[in-house]
Amino acid sequence: MARRARLPRASRTVLRPPASVGRSVPRLEGLDKVTGRALYVDDLRVPGVLHGRTVRSTIARGRIKRVRLDPAFDWSGVVVADHRDIPGENLVALIEDDQPLLAAEEIHHAEEPILLLAHEDPERVEAATRAVRIEYEPLEPVLTIEDSLARKAPLYRDDNVFKNILIERGDVERGLAGSDLVIEGEYRCGHQEQLYIENNGMIAERTPDGGLLVRGSLQCPYYVHKALVRAFALPPDKVRIVQTVTGGGFGGKEEYPSMIGGHAALLAWKSGRPVKIVYDRLEDIAATTKRHPAAIKLRTGVRRDGTLVANAIDIVMDGGAYVTLSPVVLSRGAIHAAGPYRCPNVSIRARAVATNTPPNGAFRGFGAPQTQFAVECHMDRIAAALGLDPLELRRRNAYRLGDVTPTGQVLRESVGALEALETAARRARWAERRARHERENRDNEARERPAGLGGAAAGRRRGETSRNGAGPRANGRRLRRGIGLALAYHGAGFTGSGEVKLGSIAALDLSHDGRPRILSASTEIGQGTTTMFAQLVAETLGVPADFVAVETPDTGLVPDSGPTVASRTCMVVGGLLEKCARAMRERLELFAERPIRDARDFQRIARRFLAERGPLRFERGYEKPPEIEWDDDRYRGDAYGVFSYGCCVVEVEVDLDTGETRVLRTIATADIGKAIHPILAAGQIEGGTVQGLGYGLLEEVRWKDGRVWNHQLTNYIIPTSMDASPIEVVIVELPYSRGPFGAKGVGELPMDAPAPAIVAAIAHATGARIDEIPVTPERLLEGLRDGARRDGSRSSPGSRRGGKRS
Amino acid sequence: MRSALSTLEVVRPRSLDHALEALGRSVSGERLVPLAGGTDLFVYLNAGTPPGTRYLDLWGLRELRGIRVRDGGVRLGALTTFREIREHPVLGRRFPSLVAAAAEVGAWQIQNRATLAGNIANASPAGDSLPVLMAHDAKVDVRSARGAREVAFERLYRGYRELTVDADELITAVTLPFPPARSFPFFRKVGTRRAQSISKVVFSGLLALDRERRIAHVRLAYGSVAPVTLRARRAERALRGEPLAASVAARARAALAEDIAPIDDIRSSRDYRLAVAGNLLEQFLRAAAESRARR
Repeated sequence: MARRARLPRASRTVLRPPASVGRSVPRLEGLDKVTGRALYVDDLRVPGVLHGRTVRSTIARGRIKRVRLDPAFDWSGVVVADHRDIPGENLVALIEDDQPLLAAEEIHHAEEPILLLAHEDPERVEAATRAVRIEYEPLEPVLTIEDSLARKAPLYRDDNVFKNILIERGDVERGLAGSDLVIEGEYRCGHQEQLYIENNGMIAERTPDGGLLVRGSLQCPYYVHKALVRAFALPPDKVRIVQTVTGGGFGGKEEYPSMIGGHAALLAWKSGRPVKIVYDRLEDIAATTKRHPAAIKLRTGVRRDGTLVANAIDIVMDGGAYVTLSPVVLSRGAIHAAGPYRCPNVSIRARAVATNTPPNGAFRGFGAPQTQFAVECHMDRIAAALGLDPLELRRRNAYRLGDVTPTGQVLRESVGALEALETAARRARWAERRARHERENRDNEARERPAGLGGAAAGRRRGETSRNGAGPRANGRRLRRGIGLALAYHGAGFTGSGEVKLGSIAALDLSHDGRPRILSASTEIGQGTTTMFAQLVAETLGVPADFVAVETPDTGLVPDSGPTVASRTCMVVGGLLEKCARAMRERLELFAERPIRDARDFQRIARRFLAERGPLRFERGYEKPPEIEWDDDRYRGDAYGVFSYGCCVVEVEVDLDTGETRVLRTIATADIGKAIHPILAAGQIEGGTVQGLGYGLLEEVRWKDGRVWNHQLTNYIIPTSMDASPIEVVIVELPYSRGPFGAKGVGELPMDAPAPAIVAAIAHATGARIDEIPVTPERLLEGLRDGARRDGSRSSPGSRRGGKRS
Repeated sequence: MRSALSTLEVVRPRSLDHALEALGRSVSGERLVPLAGGTDLFVYLNAGTPPGTRYLDLWGLRELRGIRVRDGGVRLGALTTFREIREHPVLGRRFPSLVAAAAEVGAWQIQNRATLAGNIANASPAGDSLPVLMAHDAKVDVRSARGAREVAFERLYRGYRELTVDADELITAVTLPFPPARSFPFFRKVGTRRAQSISKVVFSGLLALDRERRIAHVRLAYGSVAPVTLRARRAERALRGEPLAASVAARARAALAEDIAPIDDIRSSRDYRLAVAGNLLEQFLRAAAESRARR
């Protein structure tokens, strides 16, 4: 780094420049958040605002016969808008143009928006929604992957498949034929709700110049911009989107804000008044996007020593009613489906299918948590079939430098799979804990066997766990403990040619008071973008992080640095900002004809520059590294610039009487290249780990006739702090030469490994290998009853093709 | 908030008499809904399904507060919060399962507001404290402007969310007799997670052995396995007079299946509830046997 060369000349001690990267500086927006100064969109007071509501379909599939406003209701002052009021195209522009902003005639899923209402009084508009009568001609809906594949009804083209992907490397059938053992497995995962703390919300108003200003809770201002330009047939410069303080997104505010933003804008357009739409939790859970459910089959050939020879993988994801982001979710899922393991023969066939459920969408991990859940459970099944320690099986197959992925990508640098794995195993004392749990479980089982009830725990007090070997037993409970691990990887940035197509631009200029100011569309949604960006720029300029201003993502002010998704913000956009900062430093030092000493000096020079030369602004756009090649048609090449790697080890205690699983201890390691802000990075890893824990154990969207049944916080169960165990985070730093200061992606990786690690730990504790998440107590008790076995009962020996599926 | 708050009316009585008078008067028109901590009500208000538009806010009535220890037991005022139950030393010693139940209601914030009588009057079959009250033969004091009476807790519920209390009556206190000497109390809530959860099965047991080590006194009370919190009388009969043995436990478990009628619902399944209710019964008996073995 340049900073090292610019030490002050005549001082006795060497003054260190205000190092920022790698230090956990105070969050720039932290004070506003903890003191309540930060305002969510619902907290904003707008004079003359109307409150908007959405009337949604109550059926999953059919036709609207008639929409009637109850004449008994007083409709004065109520603004009513439907699809006919849309000035441009009736669609939410994203990948394909198939999703309407408001349903005109056909209903493709429950909760599909049909009519919009607004009134000054939120109670009146709430009452008005109950005075709308919609008559339908219902049709039989398709609600499951199986029914969609069986073409129970035609929903999309002639096969109900939104997207087909085939990735092939080597010769899978020959590889399977030449394996010592072929092991089959089938795995399923359900929907998951993002459950950000702040619900979706937007405020829209017409601007004096005939355009639209839309403010709200969102991840991707330019997505909303693109969608509104189309829906309102406006020139791009007449649509302005501004992010307000956003309480979490996790992908749930990637594409959906285009919908709610369009609705608020339509009501504002029609009424000429500002309109606010803020969902309550019930509506947010019922109507907005979820993680794609998936059904994944693996057929894997191995040698006796555990070396992977061939892997045939089949993935089907439930896309919901419209295409939305399903093709790219599927793509990321497919690319990660074989896990971070070398294997010469791989075929991955992936399909996203249409159903009459609300469209599934972006959620932290974006397809990869589903497929890596499957492959990691499968690795444990393989280990059991071979009588190998699950750690040892992974150790033998994990990616090393120079290995080749299923798309043919050569892993040229920063391959931390083994480091993540070994660090986690060491920290967890894997072998020792594993042996101990097995011994204690055996002892407990033996003690519980006698027919008499009395005296089982003679000499021991209630709730006591004896020190050596007797294991847990409390108040009559039958408890078992186990340990499990999973290894995962996660590509940083958009998949394939995505980053090239995005062509992100970020900028840095001088504010009028002579500070560096960051201009990007990348949003702070709780993950730390603002602080991390400021650190990257500060480090490069030799100033403290809080000297750097970060402009609000506002399409009227900032360039399009792309969406805040895909673990790309630090690595891709942060990299552009670092380049901007380097250019700015060079320019100002050239102007001053000397090095910049500190923040005060920077400001002095900057002000002088502004006065003498005028504004100073640097923009940098994404440039594809020359070594990266991707072929979209054949799905070959460098799917990502680089991967991050993570390992999760969990210890659990299962109550055999209730099927409840308690996570006792979690270790999460992550090779993220470089932690720009170690506390924020660790926070991301902890948060993702708990979210993964919820995915694996608790979070289940329950459906009734195509509608979410448990759309309340009471019944959609996410982990509380009581459900989370202590989490030990270890950050591994194998730098990536193209990332700023070596950084790779961190946001999504922690979501990948916890769920399969928990399944493995439960299997270790109880012998029941549950192939479907969440492993609710209901599912686990059933599995224990049915004697779900951990051994290779599904494996078929030798070279048989398509061995029998049990 | 889906309810129109501006349309709601709240009456704040100065005294219990005043409250009973207001409640009695309201019965001829739109009845006042008694409101204690409000922790259940606010869920309904938010969802737009409030139980009424007129409320009688009891929170300020000192007469309904306080825990009093007497010769034969304790008397808990209707507005006793779960936080107060958790922290009461005598309850901790003599009614540990009530304290355990109080500690599992919602979370701290809820426990600070939620009241015992509120839990009773809300009449959810999943109410966490209710099986404990039943296992301890609790009695409920109810009062109206017409007079006062005492109702055995186990006869308080007529059907799903339906009380035998009249429209003009208020619950004023709950009385718990001290359990028999050397009895073994037990409580277990199986919720949807470790805190902030609603019961899928909630169970409380109380058991005492005679000199021959036979079960002399037994109460088995369950929530979330039927339209009301109930006593598993057939299972109790299978245990009474028997020793703590595995074969006895098996017979009681079989009898239990006749006592309860769980359903599939938003939180769990019939099969799960049946299995867990039986497992908890066995767990209770194992724990009792362990506790004996330690003596």
